[in-house]
Amino acid sequence: MSLLDHLPVLVVLLPLMSAPLCVLVDRPFAGWLIALVASLLSFASAIGLLLQVGGGDAISYQLGGWAPPWGIEYRIDLLSAFVLLIVTGIASLVMLFARHSVTAEIPEGRIARFYAALLLAFAGLAGIVATGDAFNVFVFLEISSLASYAVISMGRDRRALNAAFEYLIMGTIGATFILIGIGFLYMMTGTLNMLDLAARLPEVADTRTVRAGFAFLTVGIGLKLAMFPLHLWLPNAYAYAPSAVTAFLAATATKVAVYVLLRFTLEIFGAEFSLGAMPLDLILMALGLIGMLSASLVAVFQHNVKRLLAYSSVAQIGYMLLGIGLASTTGATAAILHIFNHALMKGALFLAVGAVAYRIGAVTLRDFAGLGQRMPWTTAAIVLGGLSLIGVPPTVGFISKWYLVLGTLEQGLWPVAALVLIGSLLAVLYIWKLVEAAYFEPAPAGADTAHEAPWSMLLPIWLLVGANLYFGIDTDIPVGVATQAADALIGSGR
Amino acid sequence: MTPELLLTWIPLLPFGAAIGVVLARNHPNLRDGISIAAGVILFVLIAALAANLDWEAPPTLVMATPVAGLSLALTPEPLGILFALIASLLWPITTVYAVGYMRTNREHNQTRFYAAFAVSIAAAMCIALAGNMLTLFVFYEVLSISTYPLVTHAGTDKAKRAGRVYLGLLMGTSIGFLLLAMIWTWSLTGTLDFTAGGVFGDDTDSGMLSVLLMLYVLGTGKAAVMPFHRWLPAAMVAPTPVSALLHAVAVVKAGVFTVVKVSVYIFGIDTISAIAAADWLLALSGFTIIAASVIALNKDNLKARLAYSTISQLSYVVLGCALATSMGIIGGSMHIAMHAMGKITLFFCAGAIYTAAHKTEISQMDGLGRVMPITYGAFLIGALSVIGLPPLGGSWSKWFLLVGAADAQQMAMIAVLLVSSLLNVAYLVPVAARGFYRGPPSGAHTGHVAIREAPLACLVPLCLTAFGCLLLFVYADALYAFLLPIAAPATTP
Repeated sequence: MSLLDHLPVLVVLLPLMSAPLCVLVDRPFAGWLIALVASLLSFASAIGLLLQVGGGDAISYQLGGWAPPWGIEYRIDLLSAFVLLIVTGIASLVMLFARHSVTAEIPEGRIARFYAALLLAFAGLAGIVATGDAFNVFVFLEISSLASYAVISMGRDRRALNAAFEYLIMGTIGATFILIGIGFLYMMTGTLNMLDLAARLPEVADTRTVRAGFAFLTVGIGLKLAMFPLHLWLPNAYAYAPSAVTAFLAATATKVAVYVLLRFTLEIFGAEFSLGAMPLDLILMALGLIGMLSASLVAVFQHNVKRLLAYSSVAQIGYMLLGIGLASTTGATAAILHIFNHALMKGALFLAVGAVAYRIGAVTLRDFAGLGQRMPWTTAAIVLGGLSLIGVPPTVGFISKWYLVLGTLEQGLWPVAALVLIGSLLAVLYIWKLVEAAYFEPAPAGADTAHEAPWSMLLPIWLLVGANLYFGIDTDIPVGVATQAADALIGSGR
Repeated sequence: MTPELLLTWIPLLPFGAAIGVVLARNHPNLRDGISIAAGVILFVLIAALAANLDWEAPPTLVMATPVAGLSLALTPEPLGILFALIASLLWPITTVYAVGYMRTNREHNQTRFYAAFAVSIAAAMCIALAGNMLTLFVFYEVLSISTYPLVTHAGTDKAKRAGRVYLGLLMGTSIGFLLLAMIWTWSLTGTLDFTAGGVFGDDTDSGMLSVLLMLYVLGTGKAAVMPFHRWLPAAMVAPTPVSALLHAVAVVKAGVFTVVKVSVYIFGIDTISAIAAADWLLALSGFTIIAASVIALNKDNLKARLAYSTISQLSYVVLGCALATSMGIIGGSMHIAMHAMGKITLFFCAGAIYTAAHKTEISQMDGLGRVMPITYGAFLIGALSVIGLPPLGGSWSKWFLLVGAADAQQMAMIAVLLVSSLLNVAYLVPVAARGFYRGPPSGAHTGHVAIREAPLACLVPLCLTAFGCLLLFVYADALYAFLLPIAAPATTP
């Protein structure tokens, strides 16, 4: 076997094995370098994977040579390769950004261990996506969650401890629910392999155990992806975590949870069971819509910019849930597309806010006063990212919105389409608060020492902003992959 | 150059000018020279495009394909060429005017101003030449955003509030209604290309078409049909060159241009004449025409009065579309050009008065005509053109609109047009009359500085556009022949 055949496991293994290395060297710069190199290599592996599965055939990798369904199988199809690309790509950019940011926000003695924890969180997320084994999902989920609690608690603000604790409680409940759900499924089918589960579940679908398992799984995953009203852990966790962590988690963690939801509901249970026999389609649509509108409304009244963007994330997750709830190919395409597009916009926004935190020290709206003059490039990035969030063409946000509204109209749900667009208008309100503060408020006296962020921060920010614009115009790759993946998911259930 | 190459350069040139303006920020003369030169070249390019164009098989430039089957594409057609010609002709003239205005009034951030201006023109060009609704929408939004820094140029609280109203209404309507209408059309027909005769099949439910038409027209906030007109008076807080070119020509005309495009190429004149919404639209535009004129009558601030006058005049174009007769469409389209030339003259004069005398309220302008005869003469010409009196351009478009209304047997609309003309007289002529006939209020104009005409850079452009109003009267038949093809499908049902 050549190295290329091992890509499915390498993409997880590289960050996983580099984490202890960081602890061993225990030096800030070396830790950063290891994290960066591991992420970049992992990113390269993800690109390789996407190229391999681009033709439509999934890769099956048997861990330790044990054949599925007994052994653990890593299974990379188009959807997982796509999500892996997002996770590893964002991780690489965040690591690039992290060097200065982390030096400023984390005490020097803990920096190497911080990178170790961040790499573990990253490895966990990659593992969730790569694996084809339901129990393995739980294992990686716990790896990434525990590491996330640790990195969140390292935020400068002491409230980070409280936020991490809240997240710990909620996240553990979620993980437990997922475990119970998987247990129920194992009880009924005797298998943990996803494909095997998908094949065996229809026979026993009409039992209370499977239905209960389905419910446990949905709620558990709902907690991890911050589905309204299970989102309460998210705003504080995002607001008080170190800047690099916020950017990383916002752009990847909830996206991976959406991926898990897609995997379980549409592939393992099948669209017919999840969205037909069970009323999940209505639940997802209703919760998605409520989350979208209420979280956007709350975001309008936030003063801390990181919290504002965190609430916006909850709202954006609503868009994805709505897409899945539509139970159509277009809807699923919109959801998958928005996983990618939202990672691009939130990644850019949180990184830019991180750059502001690095230069100014705090990120309330008051600190944004006069920022347009002092940090023109960073502020311009925030404006462009914000426009993408609103869904103004020609940005990626517009493309997501296009498919989502198209999906709702296809089913004649024009009031839902109107609500989606109202959601965008709420985004105009909260983004424009930032713009006005940055360009119209005079800078507070005595604060004129701040200047533009270093290039190592601007580079990842503007790479993401560029991607926001580029993929808003040339949409062949994301739309092509999302359409194919949606076809495969919806098709497999019918 | 081949037409395809011309199409590539037309949007690139003003975008390039914007970059040049930013690069030359430390050399004001070079910077302003770039804008003027780009404007002149742009006009030549569009004229060249119009001159060697095969209307039967127009060239198409596909920029990108963001949604499968739906591309960002430029395709010239008569109406778009007309709009592009006007906007590009008035851009260099306005820039000359702006140089005089901005320097005399010592405005700050001039580089940002000229750069945003150039981007707005680029967006207007792409709107004019858009080959499908998606392209039009994309650049419609670009235009909204690129004009925002111009509206809020002053940076004061008032400008900030105006900016909120401006962006809120324009983006609110476009995302809330226009985007919805577009995606709905796409899901019904699978195309958004501008197609002669419309894209909807005969079997489309007429009730649904009515809703769609209203969504399109109300979604086009830039057309300022009531009740979504408030952004236009709000935008008057911008420096006068912006009000002149963007809020009398490029932005608002982009709005009514969109309405005409949608009426002619998405719905088709025949379809519109068959659906109920045409009557709603007639009523709405008729109401806007009269109501905005009445409000204009009561405004003492000159720019506010002109803004409400613009709202009223824009609805002439919407009215022309709602009449759904070929004369109505031609009259409406022609009004885009005629009103542009007249209204920009009026705004130029308002700015010249502000520059020379620092007066903004009409009640304070008594007797100014005697010291600023050229400005006031041009104002009178512009006013008469907007009113629609011969020998000025505005008379033709009103004539065709009246013919169109008669064709459609809409006597009520004929009455609306006539009453509106009277109202135009009532709110525009007194401005000039007070300037010429009333003596200056006692004690005024006796300060240290005597009021004189505005600087030459302001004066020349407003004379040019006033002269343009005359020219448009003489060459209206060329315009008519040029526009005839777009109304052709309706004449041969």
